[in-house]
Amino acid sequence: MNILRKKSKANLPFSETVIELFIRLCGISSIIFVFGIFFFVFREGAGFLFSGLNLTEFLTSVEWQPTSLNNKRYGAFALIVGTFSVTALAMCMAVPFGLGAAIFVSEFCSPKLRETFKIVIELLAAIPSVVWGFIGLTLMNQLIIQVFNAPIGLTMLNGSIMLALMSVPIIVSIAEDALKAVPDSYREAAEALGATRWQVIYRVLLPAAKNGLLAAVLLGAARSIGETMAVLMATGHSVNIPSGPLSWIRTLTATIAAELGEVARGDEHYQVLFIIGILLFTITFVVNLIADLVIKGIRQE
Amino acid sequence: MKNKIEISGLEVHYEGKPALNRVSFDVHENEILGIIGPAQSGKTTLLKVINRTLEFVPEASMEGTVKLDGVDISTIGDVYGLRRRIGMVLPLPVGLPLSIYDNVAFAPRAAGLRAKSQLDELVERCLQQAALWDEVKDRLNTLGTKLSGGQQQRLTIARALSHAPEVLCLDEFSIAIDPVTTMRIEEVLKTLKKEMTILLVTNLVQQAKRLADRTAFFLNGDLVEIDTTDVIFSDTPTQQATYDYVNGTFG
Ligand SMILES: Nc1ncnc2c1ncn2[C@@H]1O[C@H](COP(=O)(O)OP(=O)(O)OP(=O)(O)O)[C@@H](O)[C@H]1O
Ligand SMILES: [Mg+2]
Repeated sequence: MNILRKKSKANLPFSETVIELFIRLCGISSIIFVFGIFFFVFREGAGFLFSGLNLTEFLTSVEWQPTSLNNKRYGAFALIVGTFSVTALAMCMAVPFGLGAAIFVSEFCSPKLRETFKIVIELLAAIPSVVWGFIGLTLMNQLIIQVFNAPIGLTMLNGSIMLALMSVPIIVSIAEDALKAVPDSYREAAEALGATRWQVIYRVLLPAAKNGLLAAVLLGAARSIGETMAVLMATGHSVNIPSGPLSWIRTLTATIAAELGEVARGDEHYQVLFIIGILLFTITFVVNLIADLVIKGIRQE
Repeated sequence: MKNKIEISGLEVHYEGKPALNRVSFDVHENEILGIIGPAQSGKTTLLKVINRTLEFVPEASMEGTVKLDGVDISTIGDVYGLRRRIGMVLPLPVGLPLSIYDNVAFAPRAAGLRAKSQLDELVERCLQQAALWDEVKDRLNTLGTKLSGGQQQRLTIARALSHAPEVLCLDEFSIAIDPVTTMRIEEVLKTLKKEMTILLVTNLVQQAKRLADRTAFFLNGDLVEIDTTDVIFSDTPTQQATYDYVNGTFG
């Protein structure tokens, strides 16, 4: 193996050596960047994380009073619940819709309609999240007030709908790629066995594409967890354990965005916001890890 | 002799380019009809017409009629049922990404069979017929796609037999199979023709000679000649092209 490699390297023309070096640099630098970001976030929050912050209170208390003069409290539980509940509700809407749309586009669409559909999806993906927040703040707010007869429409439901609309394009495009990657020979073989279109889809295509479909769902969820602006504008942004879709909530990301500009660099509140950053890092890391494990499990099967 | 399939005036075009030109012939019940011809002569297209999977090829257009048991197949409403009356073995083995068991049970299940004991029995019988049972009986739950190419091809044969077809179409089934197993399957085909009609597309003219009762020679979308295999492989078929192709002096 080693000998082979050395030999092939010796034979490489100069231009290829340069290209290989460049590609290597790109790969290594991306790793360095990720660690760099993590290091920075961690450094800013580390001081308070290891001395001063009551970690149990941080993870379980609902009292978030970082600006109180005589009774500062850093309980992020409601924020954690806010992030997870709004994401979960968003996924409840986005996953069926996104996967359904992907199946439609890849299996039922005429080529012409497919092109149109793809352009629409790409447009949807290109809308900045602040625009979604604006739509949530105005249009969806009114709609929820009228439909549910609610006092205020800036709720978890509102935020979820915005998040769903943002993650659907991701889910659709990745899931569609996964379905397109299933060889046509599978479809032909199943059709020759007298399978109807639906039987082909749920007996052959979905099992064959399950890795890609799972990746689509997880990336959609990751997008939701990380989203800031739209949820800040559409969910009411108040610390609260939600009792239902019409409760207002506040998320981890929105808290950082809203408060980081107000704090003095280096003080406790500032550091707590970075600890929230560490928490978000950990959450995405765990989600990715689970995804990896699940996919590995599927492969071994 | 009863005609199982009657084809008349069959024409197929792909985007206006002809693939089959006014082809007419009959397939007798319980015969093995060998179909030979060089690449691109329209053999695969012919099979796709018969099980109506040509309908999935958007650029294809078709004229003429194909009758199965005297009924024009284009008038059959239940196209899925029609496809199950015809077993299809495609040239490149396609194990569906399911377990070996589920591969074979796919068509019966799609047709509504649920009883476990019946499925078990069916799966075993089909795998036996395809000369695969002994190799896989201990691992029916592993993925069909994990089998070797030749095993996958036999799996597709088992799958094609699973819905008890009246017509079995084999498209160059022996490409990925070793000679010994090929011989075993050829023996199976000889017994199967008591129960069904077999269309055997093959690039191995000797295989047609061994198995077929009658042989059809296709060239560039034309049916050059169809006759008993003895005549086709004799020194005096009616067409010179047939003689040349069969004897390997073609082109
Ligand atoms: N989907 C398609 N689109 C366009 N042309 C096609 C398509 N399928 C087949 N053809 C053309 O139709 C003609 C007949 O093809 P067909 O596959 O029926 O030949 P064949 O006899 O099975 O050849 P082989 O021995 O190589 O399998 C060829 O010229 C081929 O290029
Ligand atoms: Mg062919």
